[in-house]
Amino acid sequence: MSRKITLEDLSPGTSGKVLALNATGDLGQRLLDLGFYPGVEFRVIRNAPLNDPFELEMMGYLISLRHKEAGFVEVQPL
Amino acid sequence: MSTRVYAALAGQPNSGKSTIFNMLTGARQFVANYPGVTVEKKVGYFSQDSAKVELVDLPGTYSLTSYSMEERVARDFVLNDDPTVVLNVVDASNLRRNLYLTMQLLEMDIPVVLDLNMIDVAKKKGYEIDKEVLEEELGVKTVTSDGKRGVGREELRHILAHAGDGQIGLPSFRMDYGPLEPAIGRLQNLLELEPELKSRCPTRWLAIKLLEDDERAVSLAKEHALQWSELENSLVGERQAFEADFTIRPAQHIAFRRHETAERVAKAALKAKYPGRRSLTDRIDGVLCHRVAGPIIMCAVFYSLFELAVSQGGRLAAMVTPYLSQAQFFLEGFLPAPGYMHEPLITSLASWFMTSVSALLVYIPQFFILFALIAILEDVGYLPRMAFMLDRIFKRFGLHGNSTLPFILGGIYVGGCAVPGVMACRAVPDERARLATILTVPLMNCLAKTAFYIMLVGAFFPNNQAGAMFFISTITLIMALPIARVLSLTVLKTHETAPFIMEMPTYHLPTVRAVLTRAFERIWVYIKKVLTIVAAVAVVIWALLQFPGVDQAKTDHFQQQAQAALAKFEKAIAKTPLAKRINSEDDLMALFAFRADYRAAKAAAAGDRAASKAVNTRFKAMDPVFFEAVKNRRSKSYKAFNKLRKTRARIWRERQGERINNSILGKMGMVLEPISQFAGFDWRVNVAMISSFAARESATATFKVLYGIGNDGKYAGPAMGDSAGGKPITPLNATALMLFMALFPPCLATIIIVRVATQSYRWMLFAFAYPSILGMLAACLVYTGGGALGLSGWEAMWTYYGLALAFAVFMGWLPLKRYSSNPKGA
Repeated sequence: MSRKITLEDLSPGTSGKVLALNATGDLGQRLLDLGFYPGVEFRVIRNAPLNDPFELEMMGYLISLRHKEAGFVEVQPL
Repeated sequence: MSTRVYAALAGQPNSGKSTIFNMLTGARQFVANYPGVTVEKKVGYFSQDSAKVELVDLPGTYSLTSYSMEERVARDFVLNDDPTVVLNVVDASNLRRNLYLTMQLLEMDIPVVLDLNMIDVAKKKGYEIDKEVLEEELGVKTVTSDGKRGVGREELRHILAHAGDGQIGLPSFRMDYGPLEPAIGRLQNLLELEPELKSRCPTRWLAIKLLEDDERAVSLAKEHALQWSELENSLVGERQAFEADFTIRPAQHIAFRRHETAERVAKAALKAKYPGRRSLTDRIDGVLCHRVAGPIIMCAVFYSLFELAVSQGGRLAAMVTPYLSQAQFFLEGFLPAPGYMHEPLITSLASWFMTSVSALLVYIPQFFILFALIAILEDVGYLPRMAFMLDRIFKRFGLHGNSTLPFILGGIYVGGCAVPGVMACRAVPDERARLATILTVPLMNCLAKTAFYIMLVGAFFPNNQAGAMFFISTITLIMALPIARVLSLTVLKTHETAPFIMEMPTYHLPTVRAVLTRAFERIWVYIKKVLTIVAAVAVVIWALLQFPGVDQAKTDHFQQQAQAALAKFEKAIAKTPLAKRINSEDDLMALFAFRADYRAAKAAAAGDRAASKAVNTRFKAMDPVFFEAVKNRRSKSYKAFNKLRKTRARIWRERQGERINNSILGKMGMVLEPISQFAGFDWRVNVAMISSFAARESATATFKVLYGIGNDGKYAGPAMGDSAGGKPITPLNATALMLFMALFPPCLATIIIVRVATQSYRWMLFAFAYPSILGMLAACLVYTGGGALGLSGWEAMWTYYGLALAFAVFMGWLPLKRYSSNPKGA
């Protein structure tokens, strides 16, 4: 079975849709609270000058998060 | 008859909640802390239509779980403080995400009013919101506002004032959790049988929270349930059954449902859809967070911050100083004047106290500029961008992107204050990184340390001033980063870390009012916390330096010398007109006072020839005999008085030295000497160091004397007090001293703030002990090591710099552990 695609794999400029959250605890809760849930669409905008973290846009607002933490968000590129 | 209304403001971060708070309450605001935590509690008051409204500004939170302190505070307030009404401020341009919090508020069985704030921004973005749809869907009263322009003020005040009249009922909205509903119902039935729990919170809300496995809700139930084991069994059973049936944990299901509902409601209420073009904020970020331009702009921002606050503010401080000393001089006039040998205790204490306090008041202009500029950066929305750009570096050293603001306030380059720096640490969500930041911010270069460096650099590195300043300004960060990493790998290892997920708020133009309010707030906290603590400690230090005092034999010895000098003086002036005038100690002191006044008047004339001449004429007319003794260098009376003055000054100085020798603090300095000698510090330096801990500001003046630095700022050779045991002070001494000072905690106020921020005496002691020991080690390394290798102060400086840099690079290069506290769930 091929590895599932996560938010970590998307490069700036690509859009996608959240499929599932694989994190529990604090990280899972923070992701949920800032609006990550199955079905929500987003667009990766840019990496920070030192590549990490990166900025993405969902539903009209901007969020930054680290690549490693984005690895817990399963996505489908659009 | 007036009614009282107790209202709370709730909302997500960046919803403009504070603006609404300021708009409603005006200047009648008070800041305190919620009991037991460092979260700020703002309370404001206003009167409207014969109602007195008390408005509490709850911390801005995205959700109401028990993961963060802010969320717990907000939630506990709504549950336990029983507000009349909760005003939920919502960013109208960000409706869907903001409704996620609204959903949770509506579940708590309290009257809610919805305020669609920033309605202007929403309109500009092309949204049109149907208020009626929202009111119908959610069953709550809904209003619109534009807090920045004061639009909606009257309506909101009116609604809050009448909130107690029974017009605002409990929200009729009920979230539908679909397949989880039966489980919620069954748990709710069990909870209905628990009178204690029932009285504390709504049962449906508690049932949902228990299914979410919310830590605080579970412990609440555990503590107050009559039948906890039964409740726990059915709870665990319900969770497992749901997860088995729907392959999703109830907690996630609940959050997803809330989001889905929020989206459905938002879609229904939005008449125009999201336009989908690149927002202005995104385009600005394209420049400000650009790979190349971003860091350059950030450096420029840093530079202008310090240019304006430290350099320009320094000029302002220099303008304030004369007024402060005039005020002090004026106040000292009310104290009993010192006699020929007698020094009234109260005068000595009061002068010391005033000197300590005014040393801090001098910094207010600089802090005001600094705080106002930082408030602008906060208001504009630039700080999260700084965190975004710097997180990668900070993370490598166990810190967090949000550590940026504390470091800037503390003086990341030069000129800050650790007190607001440590207080700003609450913005760091990650506990481990927050503690590491709290413990390393005091290593930054506060304004008082900066003044100290400037003095030493000017005296001992006159030809390399810029280089030496660069060294000391940057070495602190180079040392602080690896120290933070070491701390997070050792003593902080067991503390929790948190992810870096941060909203990048929309850019806004700052408003003058908001900027000034925030700058004043911070200044006020500085004045209150720092000034009171520093003033109190100044008194303690004074006592430690004063007592037990000079012993009787020495006192007699000084007294004899003084009497001998006096006898000589009387003999010398016997045949002058002055003799008739000096009949008592009071007369003699009048002569001293005359001289002091004359010199003050001359100083005020400041080189202006005409004014200076006028002063001469005036004083001559006032008292020709005294004038002769004070002014005419060739006269007998002048020579005699001059000699007496010098002898008296010497005796006072020796007596003061003796007193310090004997004092409790002096003893401490001597106890430390066997260790500190390797750093080139004798006991006198130790005493000055310890006493400077009351307020770093006083160190500059003390060391000027100890290190024999003249008023011209140049090193004048071994000082009269020969503080280094007769050896000349070398640049190597200065380098060691600067390094020690860089690491040594800035002042007692900082340490107390560390106690407040960590809620722990252990961390407070640690924050004092570890940098002191490290500072001593660094100073010994430079002084003894540098001396053994025959390095000059300048060479030792850069050798040390190289070592520190190598250590920093090594610590930053150590691999990070992969994020592991979140096992893959479900």
